[in-house]
Amino acid sequence: MTTQVPRQSLGEWLRSEQPASRNQARLGQVWRSWVLFTGNRLGMIGLAIVVLLMLIAVFANVIAPYDPLLGGDLRTERLLPPSLDHLMGTDDLARDIFSRVVHGARLTLMVVALVAIIATPIGLLVGTVSGYFGGWVDTVLMRITDIFLAFPRLILALAFVAALGPGIENAIIAIAITSWPPYARLARAETLTIRNAEHIDAIRLQGASSPRIIWGHVVPLCLSSVIIRVTLDMAGIILTAAGLGFLGLGAQPPQPEWGAMIAGGRRFIIDYWWVATMPGIAIFAVSLGFNLLGDGLRDVLDPKAEK
Amino acid sequence: MALIDIENLEVTFDGGDRQVRALKGVSLTVEEEDSFGIVGESGSGKSTVLRALCGLAPVTAGRISIDGKPVPAPRDQAFYRRVQMVFQDPYASLHPRHTIDRVLSEPLAIHGFDHAEKRVEQALEDVGLGSGFRFRYPHQLSGGQRQRVAIARALILEPKIILLDEPTSALDASIQAEVLNLLDRLRADRGLTYVLVSHDLAVVSHMCDRLVVMQSGEVVEELTREALQAHKTSEDYTRNLLTASAGFTRDTARRR
Amino acid sequence: MNPLLSVENLRIAFPSRQGPVEVVRGVSFSLGRERLGIVGESGSGKSQTGRAILGLTPVTGTATADRLEFDGIDLRNASASQWRKLRGARMSMVMQDPKFSLNPVMTIGKQLMEAVKLHGGKSEARDKSLAMLEAVQIRDPERVMAAYPHELSGGMGQRAMIAMMLVTEPDLLIADEPTSALDVTVQIEVLRILDRLVTERGMGLIFISHDLRLVSTFCDRVLVMYAGKVVEELDARRMNEASHPYTRGLLNCLPTITGDIRPLPVLVRDDAWLK
Repeated sequence: MTTQVPRQSLGEWLRSEQPASRNQARLGQVWRSWVLFTGNRLGMIGLAIVVLLMLIAVFANVIAPYDPLLGGDLRTERLLPPSLDHLMGTDDLARDIFSRVVHGARLTLMVVALVAIIATPIGLLVGTVSGYFGGWVDTVLMRITDIFLAFPRLILALAFVAALGPGIENAIIAIAITSWPPYARLARAETLTIRNAEHIDAIRLQGASSPRIIWGHVVPLCLSSVIIRVTLDMAGIILTAAGLGFLGLGAQPPQPEWGAMIAGGRRFIIDYWWVATMPGIAIFAVSLGFNLLGDGLRDVLDPKAEK
Repeated sequence: MALIDIENLEVTFDGGDRQVRALKGVSLTVEEEDSFGIVGESGSGKSTVLRALCGLAPVTAGRISIDGKPVPAPRDQAFYRRVQMVFQDPYASLHPRHTIDRVLSEPLAIHGFDHAEKRVEQALEDVGLGSGFRFRYPHQLSGGQRQRVAIARALILEPKIILLDEPTSALDASIQAEVLNLLDRLRADRGLTYVLVSHDLAVVSHMCDRLVVMQSGEVVEELTREALQAHKTSEDYTRNLLTASAGFTRDTARRR
Repeated sequence: MNPLLSVENLRIAFPSRQGPVEVVRGVSFSLGRERLGIVGESGSGKSQTGRAILGLTPVTGTATADRLEFDGIDLRNASASQWRKLRGARMSMVMQDPKFSLNPVMTIGKQLMEAVKLHGGKSEARDKSLAMLEAVQIRDPERVMAAYPHELSGGMGQRAMIAMMLVTEPDLLIADEPTSALDVTVQIEVLRILDRLVTERGMGLIFISHDLRLVSTFCDRVLVMYAGKVVEELDARRMNEASHPYTRGLLNCLPTITGDIRPLPVLVRDDAWLK
């Protein structure tokens, strides 16, 4: 049975107090959260930086004026300072640094996205299952988590890369494997509180199976904290990837990974500061962006701050 | 034959090195289409009786039978289609991220009921909420409205027995009257059996034909509504409860 | 005789995305050395009224009044040091749940003695505290002095709270749902203690509650609040002569042990009450 409703504007439709469908309700919630988020200026700056990173990565071919891998004339174009021709100068192989930084954004984004996609589900799964069932399941899973937590991230990443060989794919796996334990801990802590809630009792009383309860009822409530944590971790992940690149164990030359670029420019830092500093500024800006975004998300998503 | 038969029920909570005996041998029977009350103060174990019935509390001794047959442990789907519960706190018993539609259609999906859409709309109508509420979230509803949703959820699987754990304690007085009236009407319309737990003697006296008074995990006295209203109590504890429920009087103060 | 407390046109507003929302809309009353009950349901503004008298409106809200005077002192522009001299010493507040209003990491004795010392009286702090605990009928005051709030039952915690609020012998006590979290038999005991102490010390008492019947048996006068306004003010003994439909509706909709009205008469809200 449908009733004829006068045509609403999109804004009115989203803000409607009586949504007429699941999608309208869900989109309305997203809209309200978005409006709340826009009130946070620093969060918006963080979002702007992250969106800029994504755009630069997608349109790298268009934005970069020169080829990132091929250098120019090795006699005349090495180590040129920043100018209108070369916005960030050139490096010791006469390659335009600006183009390399722009293409390096792709690598950075790939690292960040893949680590998030791999580590977050693992952490959520381990944490919620552990917290919900308790008992020996909890003990076993948490001890496994403890094992991964005990290793300093860079050292374990080094060991993995040493075993599997250098390369950016292996670096990503290494970082992902060391990133999930804190998410598992966080998800478990949230689950321990959630599982005593009356709405969980209610759904158990309706005959829901444990997987249904964990996936449909527990995970949605853990998601906020984990998303915030993951976003805030991004900065650290970028730095770890850069660190691995710096040590020569991540991206391999001539790939324009920012960490590797810093390593390459280390020798010239006194006289030709731009070679190492420019990619350094890029890393700083992106880390800051993710940090601000994470903080902004926390204000919006934190369930304790909710009505 | 009684619909619900509880015999010498004992519930002990294990908190590591400490054990809490919440129920120390509780027996009661509820007939079909009865409205049965359990009254007690905090720590009496009244809510624990309901939770034990549902399988949410660890039973260490005693028997629970429904329709003459002992309840399976763990409870099965057939049990959940016969017995449902309305919880006390309307702010905690609905999942904060699920729409009302999801709250009502999920049990239908779990048990494979057909015509889910129609059932959800009918359930909302039965508790006095319009279809405009269907896709709202709990935080957009008042306490009374949330409790109506909780009642709709309890009824959507068409159970015969409804357990009510202090269903109106968290609601304002004026809303309480509306919800109690709703519960009354639903019981009459559908021939339901209620087991109502409350600390409020007035609520129990209004809603229930028979009741038990509990203290510290034991049944102190069993009464009918008429006996309660006539103050025909045999136990001191019940008498104290009745006097205290009458409110504050300066005479009460002086008599002590 | 000058009233102890005078409130005229108290308004409290909180910001919201649609602009400021008034939760208390022009409340006026005066209080002598008597018991005044303020009754209302959730959202009526009764708690915020109590807090505004003590200057405890949350920072996000703004409280304004044409007159807000305690014993001749204008509270509207009181400085921080003036408030320090008033709060705890001359005006006190007892709140609903001792679990949340007592400091969980300090013993009862320490909190009691702190209250005494803050307002002069270092030497007899311990004696005064013990005497106060006995006055609230705590049979083992030494043990309670050394106990932490979570180790006490609800009734005892609330009595300790009352002791703490009265040990400095204030002139005005505001009690915000002081017995709502307690079992009904314990409620009566706590009220009895409060009754005796208030009478003995000649204090003014503002009793804020949602329970109209309880307030009408305990207080001398009752204010009924709805949506931020006082809709009725009457003598507690004349409750059955209440004229406002909200008050009548509230009285009638409650179930009673001996009552037989089925279905319960439901309170029908009139939008006119919101004006």
